[in-house]
Amino acid sequence: MAEILASVIDGVLIGSIYGLAAMGLTLIWGVMNVINLSHGAVIVLGMFALYYLSSVLGLNAYAALPIVIILGFAAGMALYWIAVHRVIGRPHLMSLLSTFAVNMVLIGLGTALWSTSPYNVPVSLPSVSWQGYTYTGTHLVAAALAFVIAGLLYVLLYRTRIGKAIRAVANNRAAAELSGIPTTQVLALSFGLGVTLAFASGMLIATLFPFTVLSGGAYQLKSFVVTVLGGLGNPGGALLGGIFLGLIEGVATPFMPLSWTPMIEFVLFVIVLIAFPRGIFSFSRA
Amino acid sequence: MIFVRFNSFRPFPLLILIVTVSFALVPWWTNNVSLRENLILAALDIALASNLNLMIGYAGYVNFGSIVMFGLGGYVGIYLVSLWHWPLLVATLIGGVAVTVIAYVFGLGILRLRGAYFALATIGVNEAVSVFITNFDPWGGASGIYISLEAYAPLGGASRALWIVYFLMVAVMGLSLTLSYAIRHSKFGLGLLAIGQNEDAAATLGVPTRTFKAMVYSTSAFLPAIAGGLYFFKSGIIEPTGAFDLTTSIEAIVMVMLGGQGTVAGPAIGAFLYEELRGYLLTAQAFSHFQLVIAGLLLLVIVLFAPGGLMGFIHQRLPFTRRWLE
Repeated sequence: MAEILASVIDGVLIGSIYGLAAMGLTLIWGVMNVINLSHGAVIVLGMFALYYLSSVLGLNAYAALPIVIILGFAAGMALYWIAVHRVIGRPHLMSLLSTFAVNMVLIGLGTALWSTSPYNVPVSLPSVSWQGYTYTGTHLVAAALAFVIAGLLYVLLYRTRIGKAIRAVANNRAAAELSGIPTTQVLALSFGLGVTLAFASGMLIATLFPFTVLSGGAYQLKSFVVTVLGGLGNPGGALLGGIFLGLIEGVATPFMPLSWTPMIEFVLFVIVLIAFPRGIFSFSRA
Repeated sequence: MIFVRFNSFRPFPLLILIVTVSFALVPWWTNNVSLRENLILAALDIALASNLNLMIGYAGYVNFGSIVMFGLGGYVGIYLVSLWHWPLLVATLIGGVAVTVIAYVFGLGILRLRGAYFALATIGVNEAVSVFITNFDPWGGASGIYISLEAYAPLGGASRALWIVYFLMVAVMGLSLTLSYAIRHSKFGLGLLAIGQNEDAAATLGVPTRTFKAMVYSTSAFLPAIAGGLYFFKSGIIEPTGAFDLTTSIEAIVMVMLGGQGTVAGPAIGAFLYEELRGYLLTAQAFSHFQLVIAGLLLLVIVLFAPGGLMGFIHQRLPFTRRWLE
């Protein structure tokens, strides 16, 4: 029993990070109907941003978070104007390909700059023991920060005028434009926010595990699974979906070889996509 | 009709024949092995891009995981050749048929999705199959299947086998182009183009959209699956990371876009140019690290500024080419 509880806690801890990573993807999808295939590359940029701020400039890893967020927002706005603005409202193929092109360029530059060898950012925090199981401090802090960032996003989306504008554009862009909302700026802002979330999750992941330029691919695929579980375009669902995925990983590990878990995830992904395209956590509509 | 009326004469099939025959004969006559190795990759890419174009260009469905059929076909073919000692041609054909059936069944499921949802599902299918094969011990798991040298003996030794595989690959390329042309000029193709334009309108007009979509998904799997068997037979090994590489899948999309989606010649031209560009970038010292960057920038420029690709550009500037370069 205690063993299962421990895997549940592990699952929630890692799942909240997955949820944060997926929130950026789902926000962008919800507002502008664009699946950002450069998401993984952007997560990697967040990891390397932390590496430079912490290991090179010597900043405390968590003190670097605000700077990472500012960098992420700037990068997101730049990406929007370079690659996304012209494909809004065109067939899905176009936005999928333009964001994938950005992914290729970022990964290519990253490989040239940093090669594909592993990096890590040493963060030392005391770990917590409870009922014979030890939870590392970095995991606890990362999960807590993930919840804080998710909470801030909620406040921004549901308690501010900007959030109201974002939700209006997501709902119906033409109507929002008619009501005097500068929709293009709102789209750019939302893309910036989505990339910011990816940067922040990349930064938190970098405090937990070693990473390479190519690590983003795995997290991007996980983000897809999480996004689909939580319902495309639903940031609240993304956090739940992330925790659900974390639980699957945590609870499945004692019962089956680790190498089979991705199989379960992807089969679940395809089935949920076909059977519940709004996600399994959307109770409001059938 | 004995006499072919000039205005109904379409020179394109002749062009396909000329290209295929010169692909087969030029390296053979000059006995140039490095040219052959270069052209077999081009032939493979032309086959992959041409079949992917049936989905993307005709039916308007973005298939991000087209490579899964190539990989699965390769696995079935190699399994039959190396462990059951079946002849190469039979093994790869069975691989093609088996994968076509699998694709039809998958297709009925995931083709209920549209647009970006479908694109995501194809990624999911590719990754799920990849992880499954990685854990599937009869097919060698993560380390894959090696082909022993004896497998090349029935074809008259390894060096002769490579020529035979090359000719077969060129044949697959020629068949891919012919298939693409035939579908473009059939009622089936017309239905697909209608689906690509507006699926609901097509259904209202009596196009059996569900069947047509599953048919095109499985048809576009057949020749790539055979190509997979041939390619991995040539490589001598098949393993999951090489067989289900999402990057290859997306490179195929780049080729289709570069040449011009929805045309017959476009994907082939795009595949040839992309393959040559990649070869050049990989060997040129200055660029070898920036191959991905350049390919990415190329794709971005096409998507943002020339979504019709090369064929779109040519057709627009030189309208008379529409007749013979389809």
